[in-house]
Amino acid sequence: MVQPDREQITVAPDGRPDSEQPQWRRDLPIDWPQDHYIARRDFTKFLVLTSFAFAVGQSWIVVQNFLRARRGELPIQFIARLDEVPIGGGLTFNYPDEHDQCALVRLDEGSFTAFSRQCTHLSCSVVPEPDKRRFYCPCHEGAFDLATGSPIAGPPRRPLARIKLEFKQGAIYATGVEMRTL
Amino acid sequence: MRRRFTREQKMTMVYGILCIVLILVILQLWLLTATMNAYLGGDESIIWPAGLVSLACFALNAGLLWYLYAIERSQQ
Repeated sequence: MVQPDREQITVAPDGRPDSEQPQWRRDLPIDWPQDHYIARRDFTKFLVLTSFAFAVGQSWIVVQNFLRARRGELPIQFIARLDEVPIGGGLTFNYPDEHDQCALVRLDEGSFTAFSRQCTHLSCSVVPEPDKRRFYCPCHEGAFDLATGSPIAGPPRRPLARIKLEFKQGAIYATGVEMRTL
Repeated sequence: MRRRFTREQKMTMVYGILCIVLILVILQLWLLTATMNAYLGGDESIIWPAGLVSLACFALNAGLLWYLYAIERSQQ
């Protein structure tokens, strides 16, 4: 006669021990102590699957970074002539692609800054407000300093991407994008 | 002779493994958010090391789960 498992409180209808039962019956035990064990083991399995998802996400960032590094240098693009931008004013342009909106601001006679208009919170388009010395994001009331692009209010934590500028023969050119964490 | 663990012993083991796995998963979550912030900010220096650490955490987690199932298989 087959002896039941000594830790098995409830015996299965066929009288055989737990180790000889089909998989579904072992995964759905009747006894509370065994059920507690199975629940914790399955929760561990779920956490390991979550761990796998995080590892995949991390690998995706590595691949994206590799692809970004392969793109190489950005093009040099004409933005405007110096006399077309009034002091305290600005203009918008697209760089490096036609869908990447940027803003150029003239702070004083010889001081220009240009930033990507993509908010670093959730990528809404920020609006330059030179009179308030800020870029304003209407989506979540975020604000960035006009001169540095650093976040000064709202949910954004990273500064706006800075557009590198070059001045040649009275004209302003965009030569690259500098993304920053601080 | 292969050692047979009681249910209480297996329960202690699963709790221990669960705690380690939980800590490693939280570490991976923090790594993912920090690396995403660095990537979006153009800082490439931590991306490869963080990726390797995350894969190592997953390998350790998978190894612990495999060990848990190996104990069960050995007792059947």
